[in-house]
Amino acid sequence: MSLILIFLSSGLFLGWSLGANDAANIFGTAVGTKMLRFTTAAIVGSVFVIIGAVISGAGASHTLGKLGAVNAIAGSFTVAFSAAFTVFWMTKLKLPVSTSQAVVGAIIGWNFFAGKPTDASALTKIVTTWVVCPVLAAIFSFSLFFLIKFILKHSRISIIRHDSYTRIGLLFVGAFGAYSLGANNIANVMGVFIPVSPFPDINITSFITLSSVQLLFLLGAVAIAVGIFTYSKRVMMTVGNSIFKLSPTGAFIVVLSSSLVLFLFASSELQGWLVSHNLPGWPLVPVSSSQAVVGAVLGIGLAKSGRNIDFSVIGKIGMGWIATPVISGALSFVFLFIMQNLFMQPVFA
Amino acid sequence: MSLFFNQTTQLEGDIESLLDDISNAVMIFSEAIKNYLKDETEIFLKRMQDVKKLESDVDELRREIRYKLYTKMLIPESRGDMLSMLETIDDVIDTTEEVLIQFEIQKPKIPKILNKDVIELVEASCKAADFTVMAARSYIKNNDMINDYINKTYFFEHEADKVENRIKRKLFSTNEIVSDLAEKMHISKFVELIAKLSDDGQDVCERLSVATIKRSI
Repeated sequence: MSLILIFLSSGLFLGWSLGANDAANIFGTAVGTKMLRFTTAAIVGSVFVIIGAVISGAGASHTLGKLGAVNAIAGSFTVAFSAAFTVFWMTKLKLPVSTSQAVVGAIIGWNFFAGKPTDASALTKIVTTWVVCPVLAAIFSFSLFFLIKFILKHSRISIIRHDSYTRIGLLFVGAFGAYSLGANNIANVMGVFIPVSPFPDINITSFITLSSVQLLFLLGAVAIAVGIFTYSKRVMMTVGNSIFKLSPTGAFIVVLSSSLVLFLFASSELQGWLVSHNLPGWPLVPVSSSQAVVGAVLGIGLAKSGRNIDFSVIGKIGMGWIATPVISGALSFVFLFIMQNLFMQPVFA
Repeated sequence: MSLFFNQTTQLEGDIESLLDDISNAVMIFSEAIKNYLKDETEIFLKRMQDVKKLESDVDELRREIRYKLYTKMLIPESRGDMLSMLETIDDVIDTTEEVLIQFEIQKPKIPKILNKDVIELVEASCKAADFTVMAARSYIKNNDMINDYINKTYFFEHEADKVENRIKRKLFSTNEIVSDLAEKMHISKFVELIAKLSDDGQDVCERLSVATIKRSI
């Protein structure tokens, strides 16, 4: 069991860094501008990340599984480790990076190493989603901007009431954002371990059963929660005070838009409902919450006449789509080689 | 949650009362000066007491609002703007009280021939202060009329300046109205004091314009 935990550690580290960084996308402005206390944000964020991961995490993981089912635990460890290392290294170099893109690169690296074919249709779906994600977030925030402006203009609520609603609204969309983050991004953290999950199914009561995968997700989500509590405050203060200077209502729109995107790409219930009503469904894919936020901020910028928008961020995101998976894939290949030949661990079956 | 909204309603009520008090003080001020000019000393003194009472009520309310804004209603983005608006609008009522007290202490001898001009000055200054209170109310209520009120405040502040200069010119251009320089200076000082009310209004409106821009989404 302790060996298993060691192997899971790279996934848990990914989870921790996800919690440390991405919780700031959800609660950054609210905490940074002192609209919410950090402790409140951290508790709500952690609880909803866990709920989202355990209840709705399966959908996006399934798509990652189609891309490449890593079938030996040492292989899973190395794939997650390569992704984590890429994220860590690129963050240190101040390059834009997304866990989702690093994980996909690392899985493809494993496919190459193990000589397994990469499912082209799954890869196309994933890459298309990366491009759609910030665009969709921008469309949502652009529309929400005008909707909320219209509501505020016609509701005639006082600024004090407006601020009270915004504070409560930020807490609610924060909870929704954390749920969506857990549901969408748990696949990045624990997806590669699904085929080799060491846990049995557990019956908590006669009604509630936690499957082996859900237990894995629970563990990953706890790692995210630990990341939120131990390290995200610093990131939140940075986000709230320097990078995105948003008004509280602007922050509400950004968090809601990016959370909606994450939710759309994670909710199998919504997808099932759409398909059953003959509407187009979309793939359930782990996407980057940071890129969704950047898209949403750009959407608001465009709605406010498009001035003061730094379009170079779009180029940086585009570069991330290519650079991150390539670097992570190459690292994954090298690390798998080392794991297999130096540590004598089977990395694929 | 309902406690949260109760506090919001209470705070809204406090701010409304504060603005009502300032608005009333401005109206009483205008009438008090007219009473002074007509030598209706008793009524003047009664009105001065009313303004004093309103001023101390406003001080009390302002302290309560400040306490609530900082301890219970955390609205950091607009809290600073709101407080600075409340502090500057407080200058309006302070000026009404201060001018009346100085009238009572110094008893300036305003020649009857200047009464019409002084009343015109009081009215322009009070209109500027009135529109300031309306602008503040619009800011709190988040409605579109704020720019209208701010513009009107600026207009009446400008009018008050013009009347102020006209009175001073009349005073200093000839010795027929008042011959003693000390007396001229004295009256001139009081004309400036009355016009200060419109300047205070202008200060509030300048802050309100910035605060309104900051509040756009």
